[in-house]
Amino acid sequence: MVAWGALALVPWYALGGMPRGVPAWPAAMQALVGERPWLIPVLLALLPATWAVIGPARPRLLVWSAVAGIAWIAVEGFGILHHGWGFEALATLTGSPGPTQPGLGWGAMIHVLALTMLIAHGLARQGVCRGDVFVVGALLLVVGLIVLFVIYPALCILSSALRDNDGGFAPTLFAAKLFGRPIWGLDCLFGPQACGTAWNTVAVASIVGVATTLIGLAFALLALRTRMPMKPLVAFLSVLPIITPPFVIGLALILLFGRSGAVTIWVADLLHLPRTRWIYGITGITLAQVLAFTPISFLVMIGVLQGVAPSLEEAAQTLRAGRWRTFRTITWPLIRPGLANAFLIAFIESMADFANPLMIGGNFTVLATDIFFAVVGTTHDQGRAAVLALVLLTFTLTAFQAQRAWVGRRSYATMGGKGAAGRAAALPGGLHVLSYVAVVPYLLLTIAVYGTIMVGGFVVSIGRDNTPTLRHLMTAFSVEHGVGGWFLSGSAWNSLITTFEIALIAMPFTAAIGIVTAWLLDRQRFAGQKSFEFLAMMSFAIPGTVVGVSYILAFNVPPLALTGTGAIIAIAFAFRNMPVGIRAGLANLSQIDRSLDEASLTLGARSFRTLRLVILPMLRPAVTTALVYSFVRAVTAVSAVIFLVTGEYQLATVYIVGRADVGDYGVAIVYSAVLIVLMLLILLVIQLAVGVKRPGARPASGAGAVTPMAIVQG
Amino acid sequence: MSRIDREPSRVGRIGFGLLVGASALVGSAGLAWADGPLVMYCGVDESWCRATATTYEKETGVKVDMIRMSAGETYARIRAEKDNPHGDIWWGGTGDPHLQAADDGLTEPYESPLLSKLHDWAQRQATIAHHRTVGIYMGALGFGYNTEELARRKLPAPACWADLIKPEFKGEVQMADPNASGTAWTVMATIVQLMGEDAAFTYFKALNANINEYPKTGAAPALAIGQGETLIGIAFQHDIINVARSGKPAQVVSPCEGTGYEIGSMSLIKDAPHMAEAKKFYEWALTPAAQKLAAPAGSFQIPSNPDTPVPPESPDLSKIKLIAYDFTTYGSKATRNRLLARWAAEVKNAPR
Repeated sequence: MVAWGALALVPWYALGGMPRGVPAWPAAMQALVGERPWLIPVLLALLPATWAVIGPARPRLLVWSAVAGIAWIAVEGFGILHHGWGFEALATLTGSPGPTQPGLGWGAMIHVLALTMLIAHGLARQGVCRGDVFVVGALLLVVGLIVLFVIYPALCILSSALRDNDGGFAPTLFAAKLFGRPIWGLDCLFGPQACGTAWNTVAVASIVGVATTLIGLAFALLALRTRMPMKPLVAFLSVLPIITPPFVIGLALILLFGRSGAVTIWVADLLHLPRTRWIYGITGITLAQVLAFTPISFLVMIGVLQGVAPSLEEAAQTLRAGRWRTFRTITWPLIRPGLANAFLIAFIESMADFANPLMIGGNFTVLATDIFFAVVGTTHDQGRAAVLALVLLTFTLTAFQAQRAWVGRRSYATMGGKGAAGRAAALPGGLHVLSYVAVVPYLLLTIAVYGTIMVGGFVVSIGRDNTPTLRHLMTAFSVEHGVGGWFLSGSAWNSLITTFEIALIAMPFTAAIGIVTAWLLDRQRFAGQKSFEFLAMMSFAIPGTVVGVSYILAFNVPPLALTGTGAIIAIAFAFRNMPVGIRAGLANLSQIDRSLDEASLTLGARSFRTLRLVILPMLRPAVTTALVYSFVRAVTAVSAVIFLVTGEYQLATVYIVGRADVGDYGVAIVYSAVLIVLMLLILLVIQLAVGVKRPGARPASGAGAVTPMAIVQG
Repeated sequence: MSRIDREPSRVGRIGFGLLVGASALVGSAGLAWADGPLVMYCGVDESWCRATATTYEKETGVKVDMIRMSAGETYARIRAEKDNPHGDIWWGGTGDPHLQAADDGLTEPYESPLLSKLHDWAQRQATIAHHRTVGIYMGALGFGYNTEELARRKLPAPACWADLIKPEFKGEVQMADPNASGTAWTVMATIVQLMGEDAAFTYFKALNANINEYPKTGAAPALAIGQGETLIGIAFQHDIINVARSGKPAQVVSPCEGTGYEIGSMSLIKDAPHMAEAKKFYEWALTPAAQKLAAPAGSFQIPSNPDTPVPPESPDLSKIKLIAYDFTTYGSKATRNRLLARWAAEVKNAPR
């Protein structure tokens, strides 16, 4: 039995710290020698469980003994910390600082895992989930992991909302902070003062939501309903912002439109206008976010438009409706839910965005940056950060719920499997022009921004001294020939390699847990499925800064001492990007007919076998999408990990922020350009690989094989 | 019976598969602990941090795990990690968060034999903190202007704090947000000590009319001068000098009324995992050999060891009127929170 083995053979402690001496012994030895008697119940709980397995089947006993085992580990884990009792009551009760133990290690991990499997086994024997061990086990495991790595840290930080700075319980202070003017003030409506942060955030998110949705729709209409030239270019541009490191768009906008930006100087000199700082503030944030999030709306809208069967439009036109009338009465009602979806996704993304407001926000404050500076600013007010996080979380979760309620599982797709022939109606003339009006400025701006990024790294100081140079590239990525052969002497290599390493480690884990969760959601029916889905998607709605601080609070001390390791960064990425895997999986699963699973099940295969042999091979596009996007997002994420990095695990984005902070824009930009090019290459390679292997010919959409559409559509 | 036999093996197999995934995650955990005998939280410019870490590695063979963070970030991190510290030494960064950490008992008292040889201000920093921190460099506050912009607008160069509230500089002055940046807090404390609290707030309200932006980091106004994004920026003089040295049209000014300063500090983190190594580094960091690494890395603060050669680019102390900065009062949490709250209420949100 794995559980016994873990107890007897594998060191119980020391996830961190080189195991030396007693703590390195397996639990069984420690318990029997009497060094750490609180481990004995762990052994005891396993006895009935073993009996229940070997002896006559007693599923109830099995479940309870395993649950008792896990519960005791939790109790002793939180009760006895590395410096003594974990609860003050215990210390006063015994009158001593109490025994000590380090964080849990391999043995404990395997043991808990084995116990979980035993519970699954017992529950299945009782007929839960039609007696399928694999389903119960997977479900328990996913729920356990989500509770551990999403819910528990979130509760850790939210509990500090109720305390003052010295840790005392202060509910009145909490109320004062929660309803205070800095968050909810409405001064800007009556005078020149600034409004509360919450309103600022909502305002930006709403504007960005509307703008990106409309531009995205215009893009989609032009791409699908007209013979617009340069479709491949548009598809290419739509991928760019997704792989762009944060801060870079804001930085490029400043270099272009700042008071001494290239465009500003040109226009000011031409028209003899005073140079202003108009870009800083809500205009800049909105512009940067519209640039960044429009591709997502575009991909959503393309998916929605493709779901509108041309035959309906054709029918309308046969009935002598004009092009405008067809659009208004047929197309528009059918894409309305898609519009809502695109709006809410952009709304949530905008709320959680940290980098752009930081870079270009000027005096305009939003919640995400306020949270950061409540923690690291001059006042060090963690309680205020928690309160702000609470507000932000409420907003994002509400938007998220609204999206689900609105769009839900209703299908507005009119495209059946067969007989969807017919030609889509041409766009009404006015709409055609309007679409171009929306799209062309966007495209020009995108080209300008990325032009700046690609050129900016290779001139001395963009805007001031445009002499070409390789100096920045050399600083960051030089390779020298030394005594021991070639070695990487550039200052950026270390962080680049670490970033890719950690992103690669997190990648399979993210994809696996995402796909398994999607499978559970789509193919299984169990009690509490709705809340399970909500939990699984929740990490999408928690802002990165909050995740970072909460991970330190939750995982810095035993029983789960993970900070300072690469593991915690990988875990943070995995659970933050898990919804990507889930959405990719769900989108793909809904295209696979259930009758295939049923056939496999009828032929006597169990669910695990069905998943492995029937479903997984067909899920390959979803798996690839999940892998690619978890990788890309891990490389470009910054806010969640800025508190978790160590000297050894310095990440690329954190390095870029550091350079931009001290004004070293050359290196920051050249590094970003290198990252963008590298990730484009990776995307291309994967697209080629998958494109060749893909069975059958699905209509190529938007960005080709690697469709972010699958993710955002859910 | 036979079915029961078969089940656990499958359970085991699933468990094994998941373990392999998990082990990939945790595998890196063990590695992280094996090396890095000295974990340094570094609060100065990245190139100075790197120069210091690599030089120490070369000279002693001790591997230094350096992580650069602002002083505020470092404080937040040490505080969050206090039950199980990962850092050993906090080197550099403005003095207030060091004093705050000392006040909270997050750092370890230690008295170096070199202490008596340091400049007075460095020793004073140690005394205030009951030897939980020590000064390693000093940076004087000031402001700077963009020479090209000033010439283009045909404006007189500002020389005093009082010049910054003149109407011709409307929308031309930048200063960091004191609620986010320690530098800007030093500005506030300086003006309050120069003028008295109420007069200082009258000044800040007048200044607010001229401010174009309150950025979040202390060095941002200096960078903005260089980029021409602002005409005047309030920052530490060495930051402005660094901008000017990189070829940008920035000129530093030492205000005629006198100015405040920061004491960049160093603290040992309480319960540091490698305390012995940290103390060795601490001693080394106070020697001229360590302190002279700043100037080549583009940092022109005044080193705390008088034997360290002062770089020629550094602001000339004889020409700067330094105020008698009261670190005890203005380093305390109560004073700071009160003044910052008053600033947020009366100044930041005042109409312009």
